[in-house]
Amino acid sequence: MNSFWLHPSLILILGALLLPLVPGKLKKAYLLLIPLLVFVRTLNLSAGVFGHVQFLDWGLIFGRVDKLSLVFGYIMSLMCILGTLYGLHVKENAQHIAAWIYVAGSIGAIYAGDYLTLFLFWEVMAFSSVFLVWFRRRPESLSAGLRYLLVHVAGGLALLAGMVIYCRTKGSWAFDAVDVHHPTAAIYLILIGFMLNAAVPPLHAWLPDAYGEATFNGSVFMCAFTTKTAVYALCRGFAGMEILVPLGVIMALYGVVYAVLENDCRRLLAYHIISQVGYMVAGVGLGTAMAINGACAHAFAHILYKGLLFMGCGAVLHMTGESKFTELGGLWKKMPWTFVFTLIGGLSISAFPLFSGFVSKSMIVAAGFEEHKYWVGFLLLLASAGTFLHTGLKVPYFIWFGKNQPKPEVWNRAAEPPVNMTVAMAIASALCIFIGCYTPYLYKMLPFPVDYQPYTAYHISETLQILLFTGVGFFLLLTKLKPEPKISLDLDWFYRMGGLAFLWLARKPIQATDTLVGELYRRVGLIPLMKTARLAALFDNNAIDGLVDGLAQSVRGFGRRLRLAQRGQMQENLAFAFAVAALVIVAVVIYSSR
Amino acid sequence: MKLVQLIEFLRHRLKTVVRICFGLLALLILLDAVLVDKEHAHTHLERLPAFWSIFGFLGCVLIIIASKWFGHAGIMTREDYYDE
Repeated sequence: MNSFWLHPSLILILGALLLPLVPGKLKKAYLLLIPLLVFVRTLNLSAGVFGHVQFLDWGLIFGRVDKLSLVFGYIMSLMCILGTLYGLHVKENAQHIAAWIYVAGSIGAIYAGDYLTLFLFWEVMAFSSVFLVWFRRRPESLSAGLRYLLVHVAGGLALLAGMVIYCRTKGSWAFDAVDVHHPTAAIYLILIGFMLNAAVPPLHAWLPDAYGEATFNGSVFMCAFTTKTAVYALCRGFAGMEILVPLGVIMALYGVVYAVLENDCRRLLAYHIISQVGYMVAGVGLGTAMAINGACAHAFAHILYKGLLFMGCGAVLHMTGESKFTELGGLWKKMPWTFVFTLIGGLSISAFPLFSGFVSKSMIVAAGFEEHKYWVGFLLLLASAGTFLHTGLKVPYFIWFGKNQPKPEVWNRAAEPPVNMTVAMAIASALCIFIGCYTPYLYKMLPFPVDYQPYTAYHISETLQILLFTGVGFFLLLTKLKPEPKISLDLDWFYRMGGLAFLWLARKPIQATDTLVGELYRRVGLIPLMKTARLAALFDNNAIDGLVDGLAQSVRGFGRRLRLAQRGQMQENLAFAFAVAALVIVAVVIYSSR
Repeated sequence: MKLVQLIEFLRHRLKTVVRICFGLLALLILLDAVLVDKEHAHTHLERLPAFWSIFGFLGCVLIIIASKWFGHAGIMTREDYYDE
């Protein structure tokens, strides 16, 4: 390391490790201080390449700071403050530690200048965020977390394989734009790794599975970091990759379709992450300066409004213990402020004028039209009608209004959340409106100079018409949209049923084969062996033992007699010995003289 | 709490609120047809009056009906489906 460069992630990781040592009284201040320090450090970063570390044969680059990494680093450290504030009252240190290390992984991946560093932080993200699912401590959370981890390990392996082959052939580990017009197998492997984290179908099913099952504040963190880090990686490496345009459009609509069917509000929001990230992926695929700007701007706005929406639904879950539409309803009397904040999140994601989505989403749509890809523009606008339909209307309506009356115990538990949660939602709401109203704040941070004005009469009229008439459709078809207490099968069916099939395979055929082999072994091997052994034992007992025992008994009897003859008298013994010797000599002499 | 009172106030006058909303929608279409400059529209279709209103409404209906059809075609299932 030539000179010390204070990595923002380092502050978070050290802060996380020291957290258990902080005395209880200072804990809340400390929990706010560390993310604030990270944010201040991010603000002070100057462009350049820092943090060179020579490790074995590799030159790692921990700090590549340019406009693209700066905008992502900025919003992520900002979201870390809001997310920590939202969960400030959580007593368990481990939850904060997991969340911070997860954020550190994400920020580390963003400033990484080479594939190895990127991969390192990429895996840190997966292995720390899974705890945000497990800490909910339901039996379902354990299995959802394991599935999340398995899927991400698989994606990580694809990325690792791709980057090793790619960098070996290229002779450099630098993480830069790949040649998108001549993709090789290695490039596709890297792309699969990135696409899995961006939840591009068919690699998306982990997202609603895990985010719907995480803790109330874990989802607030998770919704911001994994997919948006992947969007950054795609912006960096794959800008202009044609295949991402149709994939992004499919994503945008796919999330909308599943959101219609979803009964769990947090899973609905998770499907809308897929939908919104679809806009960004399509933007990356378009690859023009305006489209990349749009992808970055939308990621920025998305982190805030999606965090806000997960905060609103997380507050409902935290207070009532329920997140299903069929178990909720009429909460406006109990949680009016949470309703207002969630509605602001809903209006922002739907791209209402004066809210953040309006100034970011429209850049991608406009880039599509500019490239004369009309189908992209129209289908993305169709998806934004769907976005308003669900997040702007369905979520607020069926939680805070609707005809459904929750169970008395749910109703009694419902109340406004603790003050820190409310403040976090208020700040996020204010930022959503600020970004929507004062465009230079966001536009000046974007990687390319912005020559785009969202507030034209035509654009405002177009957006308002689409959204408001979607609203008319919503209220006309309200009965059709009534949530049903069901789950929707998604592509996780394959590995969940695959897992069950494997279990069945292990239990039934493999177990049966095992039993069969065991029985065969018993019949053919064990039983004859036992019989032989029994015969051998019989022979041993009667024949060999008899012989040996007989011999032993004779020796013992002789010894007993001999002992009786011995009385310890030397003379007697000598006389006896000589007598025997004399007898022997006499016998010999007589015998030989014959 | 003032916010609750405001929501209550609006709920008690739901019919008026709905009427005002329809009035605003009509005004929006009118303004779009008369005032808004459609010079920069991407396609000719968009120059039709109230094009985006129809787009939004039909899009919404299409999404709901198509998704529900998809869901009832076997995608939606009982909640304990995965519990063996």
